[in-house]
Amino acid sequence: MTEDATLTVPILELDHAAKSYGAVRALREGTLALCAGEVRALVGENGAGKSTLVKLLAGVERLDAGVMRVDGEDVDFHSPAAARAAGIAVIYQEPTLFPDLSVAENIAMGRHPLRAGRRIDRGVMRRDAQALLDQLGVRLNASRPVRGLSIADQQIVEIAKALSFEARVLIMDEPTAALSGPEVERLFTVVRALQQRGAAVLFISHRLEEVFSICDTATVMRDGAVVHDARIADMTPDDMVRRMVGRDLGALFPKEDTTVGEPVLVAHRLTRENVFTDISFTLHSGEIVALAGLVGAGRSEVARAVFGIDRLDAGHVEVEGRRLPNGRPAAAMAAGIGLVPEDRRQQGLVMDLSITRNVTLTVLRRLSRLGLMRRGSERRVAAEWAERLQLRHHTLDGPVRFLSGGNQQKVVLAKWLARTPKVLMVDEPTRGIDVGTKAEVHRLLSRLAAEGLAVLMVSSELPEVLGMADRVLVMHEGRLTAELSRDEADEETVMRAATGQTHEAAA
Amino acid sequence: MSTDAPPVPGRKDRGARLAELVLRVRELGIVGALVLLFVVTVIMEPRFADADSLRDLLLNASIFAILAVGQTLVIVTRNIDLSVSSVLALSAYFAGSVVSDHPGVPVWALFVMGIGMGMACGLFNGVLSTYGGVPSLVVTLGTLYAFRGLAFLWTDGRQVNAETLPDAFLNLGSGSVLGVPTLSLFAIAVVLVAGWWMRDFRAGRQLYAIGSNPEAARLAGVRSQRLVLLAFVVCGALAGLAGVLFTARFGTVDATAGAGYELTVIAAAVVGGVAIFGGVGTVYGAALGALLLTTITSSLIILKVSAFWQQAAIGALLILAIVLDRVVGVRLESALRQRSARRVA
Repeated sequence: MTEDATLTVPILELDHAAKSYGAVRALREGTLALCAGEVRALVGENGAGKSTLVKLLAGVERLDAGVMRVDGEDVDFHSPAAARAAGIAVIYQEPTLFPDLSVAENIAMGRHPLRAGRRIDRGVMRRDAQALLDQLGVRLNASRPVRGLSIADQQIVEIAKALSFEARVLIMDEPTAALSGPEVERLFTVVRALQQRGAAVLFISHRLEEVFSICDTATVMRDGAVVHDARIADMTPDDMVRRMVGRDLGALFPKEDTTVGEPVLVAHRLTRENVFTDISFTLHSGEIVALAGLVGAGRSEVARAVFGIDRLDAGHVEVEGRRLPNGRPAAAMAAGIGLVPEDRRQQGLVMDLSITRNVTLTVLRRLSRLGLMRRGSERRVAAEWAERLQLRHHTLDGPVRFLSGGNQQKVVLAKWLARTPKVLMVDEPTRGIDVGTKAEVHRLLSRLAAEGLAVLMVSSELPEVLGMADRVLVMHEGRLTAELSRDEADEETVMRAATGQTHEAAA
Repeated sequence: MSTDAPPVPGRKDRGARLAELVLRVRELGIVGALVLLFVVTVIMEPRFADADSLRDLLLNASIFAILAVGQTLVIVTRNIDLSVSSVLALSAYFAGSVVSDHPGVPVWALFVMGIGMGMACGLFNGVLSTYGGVPSLVVTLGTLYAFRGLAFLWTDGRQVNAETLPDAFLNLGSGSVLGVPTLSLFAIAVVLVAGWWMRDFRAGRQLYAIGSNPEAARLAGVRSQRLVLLAFVVCGALAGLAGVLFTARFGTVDATAGAGYELTVIAAAVVGGVAIFGGVGTVYGAALGALLLTTITSSLIILKVSAFWQQAAIGALLILAIVLDRVVGVRLESALRQRSARRVA
């Protein structure tokens, strides 16, 4: 308990809550209090029980044991609607919107403003929604459909939705994961305004610098239990990380020194209209090249085009001197390129298939004889990679749906590494992955580079870029604005290039 | 940075306009196709524009339109009801046999019984699909056969004949008010009420929400199971209504009444712009789709085109509609996406 909590009645309180899924005790000991005007961080590795705790507060799941209180009164949320009625809003990591309906209707769903005869008042609905969006300082039209909005914009709609029912408690489950710098700043402005109005905010993030910049208090979870509860002012980031993982992390970015080898992949003046223009770069074996920039700068799009998912309007890609045909992923794969996409749930994995099946998807031909799969070889390949990547799993036959984010990412990596590629492109390799697994992924990438792989890493996390890359390419609005060596790259040079102030950073 | 500039008031975003336009065009497109088909047929065979021929056209379309409205409610929630034709048969035989055996039964009571029977069937489908957790495709495929089987058991080879039906009842099927067939008035009323309900009422909008993103609907506090159940019950009720009207129109009813209608009805909804995976489409579109399909059939018949070509024509139209929807959808989405990306960049 914080000192404040003993003085005033918390708006929302969770007392010794527990929740199990079958035999898995997802939450053993959840104790947490949120007071008016408080911004509280909830931190912990993936699998520490944060999501379960959020689900309880959101009314998605019910408590097995313990008590939940709102304004000091015991409550039992049997549905998300009940939690919402109590003034609790949850902004999930993955936007939960209706793509076919308008922005305004998404915000109003279930609480449409009515006029005579219980009919929906569309005029009021649109004006209210527009007012909320304007209040957030976003240029977003309330009448347009949600389909086609970027993840960043969809998050804004989510936030507007929460604001629309004047939530007293706002639970944000990694809201900033997909936002660019200015958008994060804008979000924080909104959070502070809510705080002023007396709302309580529970802020979940893997980015500790955000936690330290916006939060007043922090709750640290580990292995399904709350292990620490303190004021942010009394903590240091190192301290927090230590409590999250229960051990010292050592070097967070275990970059091994490598000798840069021959050029493997040459991108020559790649252009895709309205998306990116005139992008040229060379990847050498044994090096990690980071592609940095703000969200929406066109980095993922470049990776997709190199891999042949999107067609190039101009320019071409060469692998070991051989020119790749435009828009043919199969040719890119045959040439030895792998792409670990940003959105592993949608694009990287078949969620209902087993670990084994996912890992061997890229090497089906090699593992089959006369068109029939050889189960034994399939299992052997999967087991080998599970071992090498230290995949934490119960069985290789279980659907990947039930793995944690970090372990899912390892499966995606294994899937590509099973092909022994020459070039691996990884898009936001550690998004939504907990601190411990993050370091493992970094160590793995570093070791692969040391073994001669060329790695192109698209990343929005500056520490990751600076810690991992031998070379940093920076994009701004679809153009390369800087190429920095490991020595030249620091927060300032990268950020300056990423925001387009290139007068001296351009290489 | 575009993010801190307030929007210009009164100026409509192009993305919103674009999306609205596409939806309008979708329904206007069917109207256009209808007019074209009609004009071409009349030029080749002027009899097609006779009062009798027009009346037949409307009468044929009415029952399909009513069924298509019910189907739309269900499809919009990302479900499907394949059993409507069998429900129609049950209700049609029920109404017919009751009024044959007890000629004194008032006509409104027949409607109550037919609709009630349809609701019972819809309730059965709905409960299994929602609370039972069985995919509606499987449930209603089962009841498509089961309800039809019941109809065979019940009729036991008998049929209801027009002679045994009271005139007041038959007049509903063949009469007209101010030149508009009574049957079509029923259909128009159903379309208007359902269209209004789906557009202007919370529950109606929530059906779209469920179909567009079931998980988001749950998190938004939408009572999905209840609403999907409601959609099935309404669909059943409308199939029941269609059954009673079927008896009034044709007079002769046996266990095979309406066999095969279910696919025509689904085709009508899809041609009318109802997305088979839910979230998109209106009952107006579906009803227009029903009108278009029946007009094609009538037109090909009057032009003496072989029945095989009629089937092929409907199939081609269905595929054309889906391909068009897909192409337009992809274009629209990429246009909207660029608009979103350009603002963030």
